[in-house]
Amino acid sequence: MTSRRWLRPLFWIALAGFIVWDWSHSVAVDVRQEPPLIAAGSGQAVSGGHCSLAR
Amino acid sequence: MGRADLQLSPTATLTPGTGAGAESRTGGRWRRLPLAAVLVAFFAFLVWTVALRQAVLFAVGIGMGAVLAGARFGFTTGWRQLIEQRDPRGTIGQLLLLGLAATLSMPLLAGYPELQAALGPPSVSLVLGAFVFGLAMQIADGCGSGTLYKAGMGVPLNMGILPLFALGSFLGSAHLDRWLSLGEVEPVSAVQAWGAGGALATTWIALVVIAIGVRVFAGWRRDWIDRRWVWGAIGLAVLAALNLVIAGQPWGVVYGFGLWAAKVAQASGGFDGATNAFWSQAGNAQRLSQSLLLDVTSITNIGILGGALWIASRPGAGAEKPLTAKQWAVGLIAGFVLGYSSRLAFGCNIGAMLSGISTGSLHGWIWMPVAFAGTLFGVRVRRHFGF
Repeated sequence: MTSRRWLRPLFWIALAGFIVWDWSHSVAVDVRQEPPLIAAGSGQAVSGGHCSLAR
Repeated sequence: MGRADLQLSPTATLTPGTGAGAESRTGGRWRRLPLAAVLVAFFAFLVWTVALRQAVLFAVGIGMGAVLAGARFGFTTGWRQLIEQRDPRGTIGQLLLLGLAATLSMPLLAGYPELQAALGPPSVSLVLGAFVFGLAMQIADGCGSGTLYKAGMGVPLNMGILPLFALGSFLGSAHLDRWLSLGEVEPVSAVQAWGAGGALATTWIALVVIAIGVRVFAGWRRDWIDRRWVWGAIGLAVLAALNLVIAGQPWGVVYGFGLWAAKVAQASGGFDGATNAFWSQAGNAQRLSQSLLLDVTSITNIGILGGALWIASRPGAGAEKPLTAKQWAVGLIAGFVLGYSSRLAFGCNIGAMLSGISTGSLHGWIWMPVAFAGTLFGVRVRRHFGF
């Protein structure tokens, strides 16, 4: 059995498990306050994280 | 090249794959049905329980992963081929991507004040981080996007690297204030300074000059255009622009990984974000507490993994070349270093080079040559360990 055969499902199970864990341990999503579908032209300032940000 | 390349095996050291017949193509379509169902279900979940924007960004991420994997658009490989084989096609493809992405992004930035550029501060940490990133990415055989799409395709080393990349990125962010104290200046935006037209013209002139230099190095008789690199560049430029328009910020990879590791560190009790200079910032603190599915870079990262898995599910994958224990160890260490250095450098090939340059940030133009200098050493280290 190649390393990929067991590692690949393990990888996806771990990723899915992490996402589920995070969902269950995070503040509940307020769907009434969701961000605009398209930021361009929305008039709302962007508030996402990005690797270029120093702070 | 072209179609044969698309059959290359997704391995840490690529080996040619076997061709796919009609029967296996039919079987491949049905084989991908469960995956399609999962992707659609997750999309629907995002629409109903998170945000429509995040669902659309997930779809954009799937597109990114499919293009990266389908075109084997590897920044790491492109640079290595130029250095070791004087093959310019990958590097020219990357330069084309930068130019196309800038052509789409700069006018958008000038026209929509809601949109943000990837403005990192020129700093000592940027130079150190970019050099080390360029070196490490050759050993890990993947940069930010490369690690993602190869992990999605099932390349064992890159799957193993991903969590270490995340850990490195998190630690880099936690230490960032100390690195910045070594010296930094304010970010410089070409779009703000010269307007979209001036910034775009300057960008294209610089890219053409670099392309000429690449061709001179490779030799004028060498093929310099390859269909898959061109289509990859076009696809990624469009998707990067979509990311900017929808999310309001350029495509990024590293922040999401650091966030994932930061969440684990905080939940384990080993880290208190409130006492850290970076993670105590209002936006970062909010993202620590809310679902990662609301984070822009996280959702596109997940999409990239899904899109790459979609491509990997096609028939015709070749055999993988196994790595020795030493190569595994070296590769995994390189993956951690990749994550750490990318944070210091204010992004990887995507966040700093592509997004920085295409949105007019000076830090992107510093990142690229310094990372390339690191890669010159990285390919030698890679050869030393027999990758």
